[in-house]
Amino acid sequence: MMMNNPSKNQCNVKPGTVIHGKWHRNSYAVIKELGFGANGTVYLARATDGQVALKMSENPMSITSEVNVLKSFAKVQGSALGPSLLDVDDWEYPDGKISFYVMEFIKGPDLLSFLQKKGSDWLGVLMLQLLKDLQVLHSNGWVFGDLKPENLIVTGPPARIRCIDTGGTTVSGRAIKEFTEFFDRGYWGMGSRKADEQYDLFAVAMIIINAAYLKRFNRAEGGRAQLIKAVQASPLLKKYEKVIDRALTGRYISASDMRADLLAVLQPSKLAAPAPKKTVQQAPPPTRTSRSRQASVQKKKKGGMAETAVILAVISLIYFFYLYSQLV
Amino acid sequence: MKTGTLKQVLLITDGCSNQGEDPIAMAALAKEQGVTVNVIGVMEQDVIDDQGLKEIESIAMAGGGVSQVVYTQQLSQTVQMVTRKAMTQTLQGVVNKELQQILGRAKTVEDLPPEQRGEIMEVVDELGETVELEVLILVDTSASMKHKLPTVKEALLDLSLSLNARSGENSFSVLVFPGKRGEADKLLDWTPKLESLTSVFPKLTTGGITPTGPALREAAASFRQKRSLRSLLSSDDEQSFEESV
Repeated sequence: MMMNNPSKNQCNVKPGTVIHGKWHRNSYAVIKELGFGANGTVYLARATDGQVALKMSENPMSITSEVNVLKSFAKVQGSALGPSLLDVDDWEYPDGKISFYVMEFIKGPDLLSFLQKKGSDWLGVLMLQLLKDLQVLHSNGWVFGDLKPENLIVTGPPARIRCIDTGGTTVSGRAIKEFTEFFDRGYWGMGSRKADEQYDLFAVAMIIINAAYLKRFNRAEGGRAQLIKAVQASPLLKKYEKVIDRALTGRYISASDMRADLLAVLQPSKLAAPAPKKTVQQAPPPTRTSRSRQASVQKKKKGGMAETAVILAVISLIYFFYLYSQLV
Repeated sequence: MKTGTLKQVLLITDGCSNQGEDPIAMAALAKEQGVTVNVIGVMEQDVIDDQGLKEIESIAMAGGGVSQVVYTQQLSQTVQMVTRKAMTQTLQGVVNKELQQILGRAKTVEDLPPEQRGEIMEVVDELGETVELEVLILVDTSASMKHKLPTVKEALLDLSLSLNARSGENSFSVLVFPGKRGEADKLLDWTPKLESLTSVFPKLTTGGITPTGPALREAAASFRQKRSLRSLLSSDDEQSFEESV
């Protein structure tokens, strides 16, 4: 039976404890607790080759479920969004057995702390990174689900956004497994809880709003009106208004669609406007071979003109002699 | 595996029963009929008393379900989470039972190496998405619950939003206790649309007593009635998880 009380911390492992895996025979020395949530506790631990993050839960199936997601993340080529999975095992201690998995330790401040320290210029850049990763995830048939600043860590330098909690990741088309109200489309009455790309993009827009309103507000009248009012009232958010609005109302077909729009906002128009023109002009970069071919084509053209002129001259000369002979 | 119907009672209360049968025994009775009983204890800023807490945990344990005590503000998120958790728990029980038949007596999912557990979890996930679900919501409307009822309504609408995102079918029914005449009143009969609750909920009057036990008995009976009605309509006998749990 599961009994969850707000105050109860499920598993409590003291620093220094060594955890032995039953199946794969690896050992991990617990350094400290990193955090705990509804689905278990995460510890920083030392493995033979460095520091790792170790998550354990009294519910072995929730561990299995998260491992399944991490495994499928590993199959997604080029996605740096989630941590990489290192080991899955059970730990048998004198009084019982507990399941755990070991993943890469992603070190750094969470998104909001990072922005407070480094300034809001970073917001746009990090969101561009996030959207790029989401695009990869989405095109592999997954939806992240529980996107929120606490789950986003900025590693580096160079600054790179990563995600630490993949427990809410859901197969596209199913019901969202885990969510947080402020970032949930359903909570704001702006759509269903079915996992689709737009669900994640809604959460990205709410993350941008959260960056300006560190204290999350509750639903009042709800819906677009309340959120847009909040966006317009914030000097930081004003420039993102169009992007946020489109994301909130599900008008982006994909993460890369939203990314392109966000990029257009971040590049001041004076610089942005001529840039694409240039790229279009340069589109097929002229190589030496093509240039010389072009020249020869032009030469040929010129030669053709001369030829025509000569022929015309000869014909008109013959015609002239013909007319002259007729006259005589 | 044929997907049957998951039957759940979701009891929302804020304290101790004070009339009628023992609610823990009634929860056990429900479990015997293949109905899982989950309990959500709703607190105000004050802390719920030990006796109430103990009762909440014991009802869920006897009913094979999940219990959670929350502050009123967190109710929405909790209601959907508890329902989901209870579903997974019941489905895991079913899958475990099947496995025992295949693998031999003492084997459960946890006895398998982690690699094979993953595949089983995928089956549980798949079932959770597609299984037919019947949720009977049992709301305590004793005097102390009065000002929490608007939040309860919000939480139930939120629940329907979560469950309706699944591809499986849902039906909901709402009972409130104490009832005007009997122990519990049916506020909403079995329907796939919990949203219709909005119109009936504000009219609720609150009573003084808390007959949790009798209300739980009524709740379990309500599933049976539904089944018998349905078996009249369709001749194909519906396999439910009742037998396997």
